[in-house]
Amino acid sequence: MESFKDKVAIVGMGCTKFGERWDKGVEDLIVEAAYEAFEDAGIGPKDIQAAWIGTVFSGISAITLSPLQLQYIPMTRVENMCATGSEAMRAASYAVAAGVVDVALAVGVEKLKDSGTTGLKGPSIVGDNQEGNSGIGPGYSAPASFAYLATRYFHDYNIKPEEGKRLLAQIAVKNHHNGSLNPKAHFQNELTIEQVVNAPIIAWPLGLYDCCGVSDGAAVAVITRADMAKKFRPDPIYIKALQITVGARQGAMRQDYDFVHIEENVIGSRQAYAAAGVKDPRTEISIAEVHDCFSIHEMIVYEDLGFSKRGRARDDIEAGTFTLKGSLPVNTDGGLKCFGHPLGASGLRMMYEVYKQLQGKAGPRQVKNPRLGLTHNLGGNAGTGVCSCNIVGNEK
Amino acid sequence: MAGITSFGAYVPIYRLNREEIGKMWGGRNMGGAKAVAGYDEDTITMAVAAALDCVIRGGGADGLFLATTTAPYREKLSAAIVASGADLQEECRVADFTDSLRAGTAALKAALDAVVAGSAKKVMVVAADTRQGAVKGALEQTLGDGAVALNVGSEKVIAEVEGSYSIFNDFTDIWRTDEDKFPRSAEGRFIDEVGYFPTMQSAVNGLLKKYKLNLGDFASIVYYASDARQHAALARRLKLEKSQVQDPLYNDIGNTGSAAALLMLAAALEKASPGDRILFVGYGDGADAFVLRATDEIKKFKKRPVISSQLAGKMAISYGQYLTWRGLVPLEASTLPERSALSLQSRWRERKAIFALYGAKCKKCGAPQFSQIGQAARVCVNCQAKDEFEPYKFSDKKATLFSYAIDQLQPSLNPPGVNGVVDFEGGGRIICELTDCDIDKVRVGMPVEMTFRKMFFSRGVHNYFWKARPVSD
Repeated sequence: MESFKDKVAIVGMGCTKFGERWDKGVEDLIVEAAYEAFEDAGIGPKDIQAAWIGTVFSGISAITLSPLQLQYIPMTRVENMCATGSEAMRAASYAVAAGVVDVALAVGVEKLKDSGTTGLKGPSIVGDNQEGNSGIGPGYSAPASFAYLATRYFHDYNIKPEEGKRLLAQIAVKNHHNGSLNPKAHFQNELTIEQVVNAPIIAWPLGLYDCCGVSDGAAVAVITRADMAKKFRPDPIYIKALQITVGARQGAMRQDYDFVHIEENVIGSRQAYAAAGVKDPRTEISIAEVHDCFSIHEMIVYEDLGFSKRGRARDDIEAGTFTLKGSLPVNTDGGLKCFGHPLGASGLRMMYEVYKQLQGKAGPRQVKNPRLGLTHNLGGNAGTGVCSCNIVGNEK
Repeated sequence: MAGITSFGAYVPIYRLNREEIGKMWGGRNMGGAKAVAGYDEDTITMAVAAALDCVIRGGGADGLFLATTTAPYREKLSAAIVASGADLQEECRVADFTDSLRAGTAALKAALDAVVAGSAKKVMVVAADTRQGAVKGALEQTLGDGAVALNVGSEKVIAEVEGSYSIFNDFTDIWRTDEDKFPRSAEGRFIDEVGYFPTMQSAVNGLLKKYKLNLGDFASIVYYASDARQHAALARRLKLEKSQVQDPLYNDIGNTGSAAALLMLAAALEKASPGDRILFVGYGDGADAFVLRATDEIKKFKKRPVISSQLAGKMAISYGQYLTWRGLVPLEASTLPERSALSLQSRWRERKAIFALYGAKCKKCGAPQFSQIGQAARVCVNCQAKDEFEPYKFSDKKATLFSYAIDQLQPSLNPPGVNGVVDFEGGGRIICELTDCDIDKVRVGMPVEMTFRKMFFSRGVHNYFWKARPVSD
C-alpha cells in the first residue's frame, strides 16, 4: 500500500454564506461556491476534468451539478451521511492521486430549509432503507440520539446535571464567539453561559443552544496534483490524510459500548494520524474543525481524537485550550453551531476554514502560525456512525 | 372435564378520574376512574399483553379466539396478530369473535366445545376492548379499556366448566352501526325492564334448572352489566348475597366491553378455593351462562394477583390527554419531519422480530444480538461468524436501562418522547422507545421489561413493535 500523504493539494476553495437562504436554490448555492473556488484557483470551469458532488437530500446523481454547465466530463454524486462533503473531497483527491485526472472538483451542497419541516429528516434507524422499512426504529430526533451520550457521560463521571450543563454551555459560547467573527456564519451573535443554560430544553440535558442550527449552504474545493499545485498558487494546502471509518452498529447492539465515547471517532482519528505521521495530536495539530452537531459531541470528540485525556475534557474546556487563543483552537469559524449542518456541505465548509487559516487568511479569527489542520465529521450517532477525519498542512 | 387451565389479564396503567370528566363538562360524575389505553395501546396490544400473562402462567395453546368489538381492522384477522405477539405455534387455529359484547363468552363456549370435541387441545380465549363513549355522555364515564386471556383445556384444569346455558334475544339496547364511532343507547328504563333484567333472569334460571342448582350453591356470582348501577340492581332482583357478588371492577377500570365479564371472572378465580362454584354470565342480545367449579389444581396455579397488582401502578391523566390519545380532537399538524414510509415487504421479512422480538444468538461465540436492520443477523456483531445463528427471543428477557433520552421534538401523542438504550440480561442490546414512564423517575440502571405497542399508523397499516417500560413492582 502506497502512502497517500502529500500526493494532492487544494488550490482553490469557495464557500457560500450559510443560513436560511430562502431566495437561493441548490443551483445558486453550487454556482456561488464553485465560482469562488474557480477564481481562488485562478481557473475556469473548462479546466475541471472530473467532479464529485456530495449531497444527502438535495439531489440525485451528478446531474445535480448541471447548473455549472461542465461539459461532458466524468461526474458522480456521493452520499455518506454527515461525512458526505468530506466524501466528495476524498473521491476527487483519490482520482487525482491515482493519476487519472489532474484537476478535480469536490462540491458539497445541502438545502435543508426547502423541506418545510423543522430539523432533519432521517431514517428511524441509522443506516436503514429510507424508501421503505419495517418502521421498528424509535422515532426520536437527532438531539435525542446524542442526549444518550450526555446522560451517560454525566452518570459515569459523576457530574451533576447543573454542572454538566454549564460545562457544555462553554462550548456553545466559544463557538458563538468564533461565529461572531465570521461573515459567512449563519449565526453571528455572541452567547452567554446563562443564555445557554436557561434556553428551552430539546432533549435533556441538551437545550436549544447545545444543538446546531438548520441551514443551507455549499462549499467547493479544487484539487490537483501536489507537484502541479504551485502552478496555480504560491500557498497550496497539501493533503496528508483523508480517512473514512464506518461502524457496523456495534454501539447499538453490544453491551460493551459505553456511550461515553464513539469508537468510530477513536479509530478514525488514529488511522488519520498514522497516515499523516502525527504522533501527538494535542501538540502537532494547530487547528481543528470538529463535528459539533451537539455540544456533548464536541466534548467527547476532544477525548476521542486524543486532544484531551479520557474523562478529562472538562479540564481543557475550563482552561480555554480550545478557544481562539488556546493552544489547540477548535471550530474557529463557529462550527456547526454557527453554520448549521447542511449535511453535504459541512465537511467542505470545515475544510474551507482550515484552508484559509493555513494560508493566514482567516481575518479576525486567524490563529498564530498554524501548520497542520484537521477536519472531522461524524454521521449517525452513538449507536453507529460514519467518521471522517482529514488532515492537511501548508507544507509538504 | 374441560375447563380453564390458566388466565392472565391486562389493564392499562392510565386512569381518567370521572371527576375530571365532571369538571370538564360541569355535570355529575359517577365517581371512581376508568382505565384508559395509553396513546400507544389498542385492542391488539392489550390482548397481546393479557395473552402473554396467560402464557407465562399456563403455557401456550393450539388455538386462539379473540373477542372484541374494537378490532383495528375491518377486514384482517386480529387474532392472528395476537397469536403472533404471544408467539404461539404456527399450527394453531385462530378466529375473531366480534360485533357483540357477548363475543367473550361466545368465544369461551366455542373454545370449550373445541376442547371437548378434541379438535384442539388448548384454546386461548382473549377478550379486549377499547370502546369510546361520545363526549359528555354517560358511556364516556362508564367505558374503560382492558383485556383478559383464559386458556381452555382438559389437563391441569383449575376451574372445570360443569355446564352452560345460552339464550338469544334480538334486543336493541346498545349498538353501533358500521359508521358509528360511539355506541348508541336506547332509553335506560326500557333497556333494564324489557331487555337486560328479563334476559339475565331467564339465563340464570334456565341454567339453575338445567343443572338442578340453587343460587346458594355458588361461592361467587360473576355477570356483565352496563355499569355499576345496573350491576347492583340485578343483584337485588336476584336477591344475591353481597359476599357472592364479584366486584364488576367498574369503579377502578370501567366497563371493558367484551372483556368485562371475563375480567371479572379472572378476578373471581384469583380468590377461588378448591370446590368453589362460580356462576358466570355474559350478556348481549341474549346471554351465555356457565357453571364453573374450582379444582385442587387452583392451589398450585401461580396466583400472582393479576388484576389487583395491575390496579396498583396506575397513573392519572388529564381530560386533555384522554381526548388527544383517543383522537377525539383535531390536533395541529406537525412541522417535524415525517417518518420514512412503511414497507409491507420489509415488515413481512422481519415478522419474527416485529411480533415476538426475535433476534439471534451466535452459535460460535454465544452472543445474543438484535440487529434492527433486517430480521435475521447474518454476520455476528461480536465474532463476525457468518450464518451461525439460532433464533433468540428477547421479548421475555429482563433488561436494564443503560442510557436514556427524553425528546421534546419526538412526534408523540404523549410528549415528550422517552427513549432508551436497553441491555438485556444474558446479553444483547436494543435502542427503543420507552413507554408508561413517569419521566421524573427515569434513571440509568432502571430495570425495564418489553411490552408490545403500537408505533404509528402508516398507509392504512397499524405498525406494532416493542417498547421498554419500567418494571412495575
